Amino acid sequence: MTEPTLLSGRGLNLKFGSITALSDVDVDLWPGEMLAIVGESGSGKTTLLNVLSGRLVPDNGVVWYREPDDRLHDVHAMPAPVLRTLHRSDWGFVHQDPRQNLRMTVSAGGNVGERLMARGARHYGDIRATALGWLEQVEIDANRIDDLPRTFSGGMLQRLQIARTLVTHPRLVFMDEPTGGLDVSVQARLLDLIRSLVTRLRIAVVLVTHDIAVARLLAHRIAVMQRGRIVETGLTDQVLDDPRHPYTQLLVSSVLSA
Amino acid sequence: MLQTRALTKSFTLHLRGGLRMPVLSGVDLDVRAGECVVLSGPSGTGKSTLMRSLYGNYRAESGSILVRHAGEMVDIAAADPRTILAVRHETLGYVSQFLRVVPRVPALDVVAEVLLTRGIDQDTARETARSLLLRLNIPSRLHAIPPATFSGGEQQRVNLARGFIANHPILLLDEPTASLDAENRAVVVQMVRDAKAKGTAIVAICHDADVRDVIADRLFTMSPYQDAA
Repeated sequence: MTEPTLLSGRGLNLKFGSITALSDVDVDLWPGEMLAIVGESGSGKTTLLNVLSGRLVPDNGVVWYREPDDRLHDVHAMPAPVLRTLHRSDWGFVHQDPRQNLRMTVSAGGNVGERLMARGARHYGDIRATALGWLEQVEIDANRIDDLPRTFSGGMLQRLQIARTLVTHPRLVFMDEPTGGLDVSVQARLLDLIRSLVTRLRIAVVLVTHDIAVARLLAHRIAVMQRGRIVETGLTDQVLDDPRHPYTQLLVSSVLSA
Repeated sequence: MLQTRALTKSFTLHLRGGLRMPVLSGVDLDVRAGECVVLSGPSGTGKSTLMRSLYGNYRAESGSILVRHAGEMVDIAAADPRTILAVRHETLGYVSQFLRVVPRVPALDVVAEVLLTRGIDQDTARETARSLLLRLNIPSRLHAIPPATFSGGEQQRVNLARGFIANHPILLLDEPTASLDAENRAVVVQMVRDAKAKGTAIVAICHDADVRDVIADRLFTMSPYQDAA
């Protein structure tokens, strides 16, 4: 397999005061691949996600992103406007709390259309039609298009955030606990949705989750973090069924099976 | 098609004070195209561990697992995760004892999924899945229902359909008939025969002596682990 990576982190280190958040972390992500980062609270998963997506600057180490035309960019050396443009088009970020991403005073359709407009779409009819198509894909009723997000349930808000993120057909999406805080039945629906959309559109995803079952369902590969280090990485089913590191064994054996 | 040499596997249980449990030692297994090898031996001799290692689900400790993939021999014991995924996609199928699927996905799509990911159009993939499910006596009215609510035997048959649909050149079957009635066992036996006739190399675990006797070309007998010392 010599296909070049889409995103690569090398030697990432970050300290918050005396606390080590990341310690010598290397990560690779290939196009169309889903990588789960698991570990308990405080293990550095979300910090890693923020560093990989350029939202946080590491003390040392570098994150490379490969453009479709094969040019490599050092994510933390990119000028702020270029990174912003990237986040609005080829990249996406799905937060645990959809309110962080959505504009609560703008209609559902507006929330989806806004990202298209930010990328230069101008024709109102086209934008509305595309927004409608995306609401359908995430199973939100078409007649809710003009409603404000604050009238939506938690599960609907999360699906709206996903529609808003995917409408620009990003190549790379960062997800931070996308199913956290949702009812189990709503979770199942959302997982199924994420899985089918991501597979169909061949989107690469870095997924942070503390839920091992979510990682098993969605991810091709998994990286287990403990105290800022990646302690084990490999094929998802390999790492979960034949864990080697003591911490991974503890993590896997602590899961309640329903 | 498949060859292991000096395959060794043990588990280290860090939560039990680093207890080391050796399971496989020096396993040499050869399986040719069109041949079905059944792993035999009492419980606890490592049959499932061997099968899971062949699939790359368990990581071999030492030795090699060579698999003919896209015209070359790939060593599953040393391959990187993405290579193993490619081998599973094209070459190596595995029917486990239990079905693990996404909630909400209908039985028909669970079975058709492999074909869809290979780029086959939806109608063809679903039609192939439908005829395979019918052959395994899963009636049409169940095709649109997620298999989570199915009986054990029905789930196993969905799992079998999912495993056989892709025509993998190498197929690993873990107790393929364990929860099936006589009629469905006969269907599975015929599917195994058809696969062998097409040149599929099969490794199976099968405690049912009647089924084993008709599908096996050869038994590979495994014995409890003994320290070489």
